[in-house]
Amino acid sequence: MSTVILSSLVLMSLALCLAFVRLYIGPSLPDRVVALELFSSMIVGIIGVVAIATDVPSLLDVAIVMALMAFMAAIGFARFLERGGPRDD
Amino acid sequence: MIEMLKGGLILVGAIFMFLAALGLVRLPDLLTRMHATTKAATLGASLIMLAVALHFGEVAVVARALGVILFIMLTAPVAAHVIGRAGYFVGAKLWHGTVKDELRPNYDPLTHELKSGLETEANAVHKPRENDPD
Repeated sequence: MSTVILSSLVLMSLALCLAFVRLYIGPSLPDRVVALELFSSMIVGIIGVVAIATDVPSLLDVAIVMALMAFMAAIGFARFLERGGPRDD
Repeated sequence: MIEMLKGGLILVGAIFMFLAALGLVRLPDLLTRMHATTKAATLGASLIMLAVALHFGEVAVVARALGVILFIMLTAPVAAHVIGRAGYFVGAKLWHGTVKDELRPNYDPLTHELKSGLETEANAVHKPRENDPD
């Protein structure tokens, strides 16, 4: 079981690195918003795996809050983009 | 048995998340990138939350895990729709191999009006209502 958890954590960390590459090079602001969206989903997954590894069920609350915040952030970014605020991308 | 199922769910979820990140880096334009990330990352997070529910096996934890799954499944499409719409309107470039963009000829980005192809002389005229925003 510990090898499964370790390998899945390694995979998800690699995925975080790849998403960070897109966040850095992303040619436009919407690309970066998509990368941030993916960040939050992956962090929900990582929190789930850590909750299994450490046997702490309260970590699930953190996952819930993370998912909620990501949704709000996506909506906010989209409103900002459509209203046409100052951009530097 | 449950251990094996749990391990399989965690691994498959992690692989799906890795594929989502790979798609985010490799695919050519905004909409294809969103197609990779939204679906694969949602599925990956849901599978891992199923594994959490299997691991703890208490009513409170299972309910919370299912709540997370439900919430992700409800919000991911909405967020993707909103970002895709905003990206399209601010002029995100489509891939050069795109064969069809049905919105471009039918949509007026200034007035946000969509042509359906069923307009007659009478209903093609724009009549603002009392409670329209501007």
